Amino acid sequence: MANHNHAAPAPVGGSLVNAITLTCGVLIALMVAILLVRFLFGLGAVTALNDGYPWGIWVVVDVVIGSAFACGGFSVAMLVYIFNKGEYHPLVRPALLASLFGYTLAGAGVIFDLGRWWNVWQMFNPWSFNPNSVMFEVAVCITLYIIVMWIEFSPVMLEQFGKAEAKRKVGRAMFFFIALGTVLPMMHQSSLGTLLVVLGVQIHPLWQTPIQPLLYLLTAITMGYAVVLFESCLTSTAYRRKIETHMLTPLAKIMLGFLAVYLVVRVADLVLRGALPKAFVPSVEALTFWIEMLSLIAPLFLIGAESNRRNPARLFLAGVLLMLGGAMLRLNGFLIGYETNVGDAGGFSYFPTLAEVLVTAGMFAIEVLGYIIITRRFPVLPREAATH
Amino acid sequence: MGTRRDFLKGVLAGGAAATACVASAPVAARETHPRPPEALGLLYDGTLCVGCKACVAACKTANDNPAEFSTLDHLWDTPLDTSGYTFNLIKMYRNGTMDAKDQEVNGFAFMKTSCMHCGDPSCVSACPVSAMTKDPVTGVVGYNPDKCIGCRYCVAACPFGIPKYQYDSPTGRIGKCELCRHRHKDGHYSACAEVCPTGATLFGKTSDLQAEAKRRLAMKPGEMNRFPRGHLRPAQEKALQGKPDGKGERHRHGWRDEPDQSYETQAGKYLQHVYGEKEYGGTQVLKLSGVNFQKMGMPDLPPDAAAALSETIQHSLYGGLLMPFAVLGAMTYVAKRNVKPDDDESGKEGS
Amino acid sequence: MGNIDNFFDTGRDALQEVEQRLQMPRREFLQFCATVAATLGLPAGAEAAVAKAVEAAKRPSVIWLHFQECTGCSESLLRAEHPTLEKLILDVISLDYHETLMAAAGHQAEAARKEAMKANKGKYVLVVEGAIPTKANGIYCKVGGHTAIDLLKECAADAAAVIAIGSCASWGGMPSTIPSISGADSSPTGSAGVAEILGKPVMTIPGCPPNPYNFLAAVVHFLTFGKLPELDKLGRPKFAYSRLIHENCERRAHFDAGRFAMEFGDSGHRQGYCLYKLGCKGPETYANCSTLGFGDAGENNWPVGCGHPCIGCSEKGVGFTKPIHQVAKMLNVTPPLQYPRIVEEQGKAASFASAAAVAAVAGAAAGAAVMLTRNLGLSHAAEEAERAKAAAGSGKTATDDKAGA
Repeated sequence: MANHNHAAPAPVGGSLVNAITLTCGVLIALMVAILLVRFLFGLGAVTALNDGYPWGIWVVVDVVIGSAFACGGFSVAMLVYIFNKGEYHPLVRPALLASLFGYTLAGAGVIFDLGRWWNVWQMFNPWSFNPNSVMFEVAVCITLYIIVMWIEFSPVMLEQFGKAEAKRKVGRAMFFFIALGTVLPMMHQSSLGTLLVVLGVQIHPLWQTPIQPLLYLLTAITMGYAVVLFESCLTSTAYRRKIETHMLTPLAKIMLGFLAVYLVVRVADLVLRGALPKAFVPSVEALTFWIEMLSLIAPLFLIGAESNRRNPARLFLAGVLLMLGGAMLRLNGFLIGYETNVGDAGGFSYFPTLAEVLVTAGMFAIEVLGYIIITRRFPVLPREAATH
Repeated sequence: MGTRRDFLKGVLAGGAAATACVASAPVAARETHPRPPEALGLLYDGTLCVGCKACVAACKTANDNPAEFSTLDHLWDTPLDTSGYTFNLIKMYRNGTMDAKDQEVNGFAFMKTSCMHCGDPSCVSACPVSAMTKDPVTGVVGYNPDKCIGCRYCVAACPFGIPKYQYDSPTGRIGKCELCRHRHKDGHYSACAEVCPTGATLFGKTSDLQAEAKRRLAMKPGEMNRFPRGHLRPAQEKALQGKPDGKGERHRHGWRDEPDQSYETQAGKYLQHVYGEKEYGGTQVLKLSGVNFQKMGMPDLPPDAAAALSETIQHSLYGGLLMPFAVLGAMTYVAKRNVKPDDDESGKEGS
Repeated sequence: MGNIDNFFDTGRDALQEVEQRLQMPRREFLQFCATVAATLGLPAGAEAAVAKAVEAAKRPSVIWLHFQECTGCSESLLRAEHPTLEKLILDVISLDYHETLMAAAGHQAEAARKEAMKANKGKYVLVVEGAIPTKANGIYCKVGGHTAIDLLKECAADAAAVIAIGSCASWGGMPSTIPSISGADSSPTGSAGVAEILGKPVMTIPGCPPNPYNFLAAVVHFLTFGKLPELDKLGRPKFAYSRLIHENCERRAHFDAGRFAMEFGDSGHRQGYCLYKLGCKGPETYANCSTLGFGDAGENNWPVGCGHPCIGCSEKGVGFTKPIHQVAKMLNVTPPLQYPRIVEEQGKAASFASAAAVAAVAGAAAGAAVMLTRNLGLSHAAEEAERAKAAAGSGKTATDDKAGA
């Protein structure tokens, strides 16, 4: 068993009212108002969705990218409980918290994007569901995973409310839920990529490949670690705590490992399918492709050297770039590289409305606000004798 | 260090699990579904079409759809594309001076836009709640709003951009041509074919329509030929010519009584390609044209359906849930060993 | 119509003369002029010019020849109401030769013709009704011992204008479409139209029979302006023959909506549905039957209005050539302006507000990231500096102090 040389988790404490939480509150209020309009008058009343672009930023950003950003819990849990790297243990609770919010909100985001949301139970109705559908598998897996994460996070709540007995009971079965919590994300994160396969020729060749599941799974795992880097640095700075470089540095090395595997697979796939030349033809797609690739390649140079991995600035930047790159892969596949095929050229265009942007901002605001409230009031982060 | 050993154990466990699944997973590549033998469909002949739009009007009436306006005066139904309220549309190809019909350069041509009723539909594969279904006998791709969750995966999946959602309504549904299946019980076939004055849209069994399409491609441009209108009467029915079929009935294949409307006219100049014969494994709606199909808005599709690839991947990975359970088993084994019940306890450190 | 006095400020005498001569009250006369002007498609106010022309005392001479015809065109003219035929031939024009209507016969008739032609040399109007046979030097039609060809050429030589009335005179009509016994392309007598015989363009008023007002309006145009109205390349006046029947048909909406009569007497037929599927040749026939109607009873009084498909009687290559129930070719497939293209630009453009919001969010995120990176870098650099100082101060080497777990 590994050493645990860290302090036990404890609420950070402090005031919940500050500029950030107030801003979040305003954004959330706006979001609620807009959603009210959406449910009363339909999607067309608040979004720019049209017949050529059925999926907009609510699906692509809130759900697909949002859930990928929420892979921190999964990546860290794999590291700690499957590969038995106990030294990363203190990262588990905060990563899990971020994942919990990310996935719960992704699930909520799906509901308000569904055009006939009152029929959503049909997805779980054995007389209706279609096992051939990739979306069916994604939906069921995500639903199960949300439940699993709430169970995984329950010890935090039980601890805070002094329910020691219940916590012990849950703890005994925890290993199974943890195992489930590694399998389920592997399934649905990869399948989020498989969603694109049936779209066939409508996806630009730079992003249409049969190995979608592998690409999306590798980026999801990598993004999970990147998010941990990002959140850890951000939280430490915000709460004026010491940066946990002793964990982040080796974690970054593991992240680079997955990244390297992904890049090799991605480039090999592009070359073997003969799609790489398209990246050199001036177009919007080529531009966004290079933004995606360079964001993913840069971290290799930023934190490739051991000494650089000790620099929290570089760690943070690498994390941000990886999140950006992973997000771009999804944005490119689902939105920028998507065109309803009408022979020679399509005539549809899409750009989110202000209302759509505000709702997405509101969703992220809930995550930020929730993270702040829970870390300050519940035992998530390791106790630190720090001034704040 | 001890951690390295555990790390390796974890990797081995994972690797073993992965190998187990790959070995056990049914590597059945799902073949592209062919069209059912009794499949019903349409044959659209762009060279016969005169752009009268009777089919657009008939479709609106048959499906109780409201008019859509794209002009300032809201007087006429003028949709710009199919939508949740427009299931059939005639679009016009224009080039240069638009001198002659069915001419690619400096000409114009018409193309009917409606559901192709694919043999292996992407929308049916995509729909998570089986709201999109393919009838096993007639092959008609139908929609059931009572199951639909409005996720619009079918809208994204269709390579022809056919299913469309009604964004203007809080209870919007998907809308698309269903080959007038709701009228079949009354002996009516597709409204568009029923009203077409020139027989540009022809209804019938896809196998018969395929033969008819080939017959037309063999015609010399300008040559006088007989063209059917309404629905295609198979050779068997022509032979019966209204005589009793020995079973005490005049055999009319279940469609309403109507006179033979075939007529003679000069054949147009066809591109030697029946669109829908091979695309995505074959569609039940076939098209003929004098102008290049991509210029007419019909995508260039490979003979293998995207649904076949998507389902192959899904079944290889998750067929019978074998791999998920194998991996879960491996993970559970490792986690049980690594996760102590009190692992999460605060204060107990240094073990 | 305007104040009558505006038209006839100096011509009150002339007007009274016309009243006397035509035995027509002033109002009726002016209405006639207005109707003719409208039929010709002349601009408003032109009825005045028409009135003046008709007032003129000298009536122009008209020679009317009959060849291979059924006299249907003359009969059609007899049904005209404004002016009635007797008013026309007695008071407006001087019909100096018309085999059906003139009282004279035999040598007397022929002599009258020759005299009229001599007296009005270069000024008379020649109207031809019926086709002209050409086979065997044209012996299949002879009047007064002369073949139709010779008569035509003789009369046309000194005519001011030649008008072919009816399909037969215009392009050969029914006589020309009957296949010969041997199955050859031409008719048994080799019937041809006037223009073909004369070898020069003439005005043609095709139809079987044509609407009398097409003829009358063209003649009055000639009298008024001294020249024939604008003609198309087949010699047909554009005011009557520039549009397809299909373009002005009252059943057009049924065509556009796909409502067709399938058999005579079926429910669609009884409801007045489009007759395209029954072989209506409206889509390939140029004429104004659908707008004018026949028998002075207005629109809807024409074959289609009575439930029978148009047979394209005025159109060479269609009338009496194509079977009545053969489906017509659509000549004019020019779609209306509002027609969806293969690709139509759709979807809302980025609104300024949302583009600004996206830019703001992206900018804020980027700015925060840069700032945080900088701060982290600075604090890291400070830390490293401190560590190096401490290491230097206590004599340890930097390697001992590698940050580790």
